[in-house]
Amino acid sequence: MTTPAPDETTHAMAYTPEDLPTAASLFQPHRILLMAIFAALVLSAAWFMRWDWLPQYLPKLGWGIVVTLVMLFSTAFLGFLFAVPLGLAQVTGPWPLKALAKGFCTVIRGTPLLLQLWLLYYGLGSLFPQFPAIRSSFLWPYLRESWPYGVAALTISFAAYEGEVMRGAFAGVPAGELEAARAFGMSRWTAFRRIWLPRAIHRALPTLNGETVLQLKSTPLVATITVIDVYAVISKVRQDTFLTYEPLLLLALIYMCLTGILVILFRKLENRIPTRGA
Amino acid sequence: MADPAPFINWSLLALSPPGWGSVLLSGLFNSIQIAVGGYSLGLLLGVGGAFGKLYGGPIVKDLMECYTTIVRAVPELVLILLLYYAGTDLINQLLALGGLPSVDISGLAAGIFVIGVVQGAYSTEVLRGAIKAVPAGQIEAARAFGMSPIKVMTRITLPAMLPYAIPGLSNLWLIATKDTALLAVVGFSELTLVTRQAAGTTKAYLLFFCAAGVLYLALTLVSNFFIGIIERRARRGLVEAA
Repeated sequence: MTTPAPDETTHAMAYTPEDLPTAASLFQPHRILLMAIFAALVLSAAWFMRWDWLPQYLPKLGWGIVVTLVMLFSTAFLGFLFAVPLGLAQVTGPWPLKALAKGFCTVIRGTPLLLQLWLLYYGLGSLFPQFPAIRSSFLWPYLRESWPYGVAALTISFAAYEGEVMRGAFAGVPAGELEAARAFGMSRWTAFRRIWLPRAIHRALPTLNGETVLQLKSTPLVATITVIDVYAVISKVRQDTFLTYEPLLLLALIYMCLTGILVILFRKLENRIPTRGA
Repeated sequence: MADPAPFINWSLLALSPPGWGSVLLSGLFNSIQIAVGGYSLGLLLGVGGAFGKLYGGPIVKDLMECYTTIVRAVPELVLILLLYYAGTDLINQLLALGGLPSVDISGLAAGIFVIGVVQGAYSTEVLRGAIKAVPAGQIEAARAFGMSPIKVMTRITLPAMLPYAIPGLSNLWLIATKDTALLAVVGFSELTLVTRQAAGTTKAYLLFFCAAGVLYLALTLVSNFFIGIIERRARRGLVEAA
């Protein structure tokens, strides 16, 4: 209990399914009043601010949202694949692996993502061209682009945070369940595949969902290394039109909608998993 | 074949002017200043927000809910840009209304403001959870003794929730130190931005980014050391959960 619980902080930083309002709660008198005021604000923003640039950039914005979502889901998936061995190594691994996994998580979690991103893009990106072997390899056309560095940095960061979550989840699966699996004659691998991993994922699911929302909140950083996601499109709008607030407000709205959709999907997912009360 | 010498030219990190060591350290100092300022502002907002969310009227509760929802659903980078421009704009417009000349808001003040607002929403959630973990009987007992609401807060609720809040709050401190890096995007010369400038000037990208990483990591590890001490002190006398 003395170590900081990552799931609590994830919940504090990311919008989670349990925060979703119920339909009935929206129809209290004071809420209807507040919503009316809010609608008036939105309407006046739509009326008094400049939105004539919007139709022209709509296709680009659509593409930007697609890039953001691809970045989010690919790095969350890849990161999770790395997180399982990272968590497992910290729970049962021999001490060198344990120390290695723990060190990796500490270093990645202890430095800002922006710095890691720039380290990969500017650091490794400036190092690679100096090796003829890399320049002539089939990877070179990709290594000259910026998105592989974005994917790599986001994946590494997600893996480190998730590795910590999975460590707790693996350690929290009751020993009796694993003993039962062994008593049924399951091999270590079968027990892991059928009991340990699914149970750990069930336990960690709310935190995993929260971390995925946090990952969505981290994706705009890749715009700083010239990946054209929705944030980069909005930055372009700001440069072209010299507007400050309109594009940024729209961007905030887009991210709120993305988060909302993601959280509703997660609620569906969490509801599908059978749990025996408390 | 590549020449490894440029990548490990340690003299670039020297403290005296040809080296960039002092620039990096002043960047780190700026980052720490913003993290401390933003975290403290966030704590103040968080205490207010948590009490508002738990004990406020229906409208206060809903407004607090909107604040935390927006901050928890929108990327920090976007919030920082919005608050950075909106905050400085707002102050200048207020000054113009009062007939005063506009002022240049220092990057430090603006940085503390934006990090503080973001942290405020996070600590609202952490503190709300911690306050809810305080046994209701303790607060009722305080009321039964005739304490005023303020006195209940300062004597009972705040001290009693501390052991529950400290793990979350210490995580938030670590997040505040790392969030300062985002101010590089609005051009505030904190550690990440000066590192990029140093790296761009000298072309020794790997060396400088690794050096900055070591500085951030050192900050985290030193913080962890003190967090451990604070946590042990806050939990003294509590029964450990078996």
